Amino acid sequence: MAREIMESVHATSHVQRSFDPVTVRADFPALHQDVHGKPLVYLDTAASSQKPNAVIDAMTDFYRNDYSNVHRGVHLLSQRATDLYEGARSAVRRFINARNDREIVFTRGTTEAINLVSRSYGRDHIKEGDEIIISAMEHHANIVPWQMIRDMTGANLRIIPMNDDGELLIDEYKKLFNDRTKMVAVVHVSNALGTINPVKEMIEIAHSWDVPVLVDGAQSTPHMSIDVQDLDCDFFAFSAHKMYGPTGIGVLYGKEELLEILPPYQGGGDMILSVTFEKTLYNEIPNKFEAGTPNIAGAVGLKAAIDYLSQFDLDEIARYESELLQSATERVKEFTGLTVVGNAAQKASVLSFLLCAVHPHDIGTIFDQKGVAIRAGHHCAQPVMQRFSIPATARASFAMYNTTDDVDRLIDAIEYVLEVFS
Amino acid sequence: MDEIRELYQEVILDHNKNPRNFHVMENADAELEGYNPLCGDHYTFYVRYDDSETKRIAEVSFTGNGCAISKASASIMSAFIKGKTKDEAEHYFNLFHDIVVGKKSAADHIEELGKLAAFAGVSEFPMRVKCATLPWHTLHGAITGEDTTISTE
Repeated sequence: MAREIMESVHATSHVQRSFDPVTVRADFPALHQDVHGKPLVYLDTAASSQKPNAVIDAMTDFYRNDYSNVHRGVHLLSQRATDLYEGARSAVRRFINARNDREIVFTRGTTEAINLVSRSYGRDHIKEGDEIIISAMEHHANIVPWQMIRDMTGANLRIIPMNDDGELLIDEYKKLFNDRTKMVAVVHVSNALGTINPVKEMIEIAHSWDVPVLVDGAQSTPHMSIDVQDLDCDFFAFSAHKMYGPTGIGVLYGKEELLEILPPYQGGGDMILSVTFEKTLYNEIPNKFEAGTPNIAGAVGLKAAIDYLSQFDLDEIARYESELLQSATERVKEFTGLTVVGNAAQKASVLSFLLCAVHPHDIGTIFDQKGVAIRAGHHCAQPVMQRFSIPATARASFAMYNTTDDVDRLIDAIEYVLEVFS
Repeated sequence: MDEIRELYQEVILDHNKNPRNFHVMENADAELEGYNPLCGDHYTFYVRYDDSETKRIAEVSFTGNGCAISKASASIMSAFIKGKTKDEAEHYFNLFHDIVVGKKSAADHIEELGKLAAFAGVSEFPMRVKCATLPWHTLHGAITGEDTTISTE
């Protein structure tokens, strides 16, 4: 109880800075450069975010001053590195409101976190004829690992369908459950469509069947505040690099009682208590899942990203980004021949579109010459493209450092594409 | 002329909009798929040889989808390569490649390049070289008897 009170005091005292996109921009050095002679407009955060000085400096300082391997070292630098690494774990726990640090496993990213769950959970708990529910808008990272388990075990995948606006059909989802359902794995925010899925409601439905739920939070963590206890998800996976942190590190949150029963994912140093050639005793959670020297500097960078974000009221950032997305959407829709792909009522960050018959890769190249960085392609969500019978989309994605000036430049770039292809 | 206009020349935009020889070929002598999975450019090429001793390329056609660069490259190639021997096709395959990667200057080969010279601007866009070369690699594969899907990624 005392801890809970401390936590809430801590959480509110974190808000130190009122959110202003212009001063936020100043914190991100990479945004202030010219590309092909034009000031860069970075609209590719859904692929990866830029990094604030706070993150870059924290990682540099760590390598300059405190670097060593973590755990077991008796010297001072190892102690410092361990404190920073475990401090990062606590920061993650606070950031997503997990119950305790033991529920936070560091991974290479969202993809590895999902692979960890699918492999470890699948090995002992998924059998021939069992069913795994995923949705029609999953990133390949939340499809392929489950297909691999399906092929290993003889289980089946069931797919939650979506409507033409890119919203999951919850009534259809309810019908997918039966006694053989063993896992639900669903994306929180779609990277291809921007749809915010009603994961809390979906988790409640799954739990009424005693089925655990993994939420792919790669696209949600940078854009909304996450409370894993409120969601009551069983697993939550996300990556640092999409939320202003470094590449190569991510997080698997898992409820303690579930992590306890999962077998280790990889074997090696750090994940053991003792090793003989006859028998190995595994370490406790979360270390059981962290074989080998971890990405220590990555954890330091992730903590710096969390600290950076935590200066602000995340709900205020979410509101700002939502208004920006909405105004950009309204403005691009004024172009005849432009189709927005993904028109869910609840969306975050992502504006996927088609422009007349111009292929998204041509749009991407022409935008780039105007200094506007977007992504073109299937966004690692080919089943989404198949659902809408399109090969690819052009995708602009917005973050806390984007402004209405960026939307103006997006509009100019679209005009230029139309001019070139007229 | 800016670099974008260099890349998207009129002739390229025209062939993208109205691709020539854009159809399935019945009774083709060779048929091969070209597919760049990362960007999604996906074509099937068909080749028919004539009855002469040297087996000249009588006709090339294609179907599929992709960006303006890949589609225009496929279309212009299909028209250009008609009547060429396999050796000549090999020569132009290599020359086209050298032009779009910037190894050779289009200006030095302007006469023999004909409409292929329109792709000289691609060398300024390294990310798009694979789009321009996919049709050529696929045709080359079809002519040399490859039977698995070609990719330039």
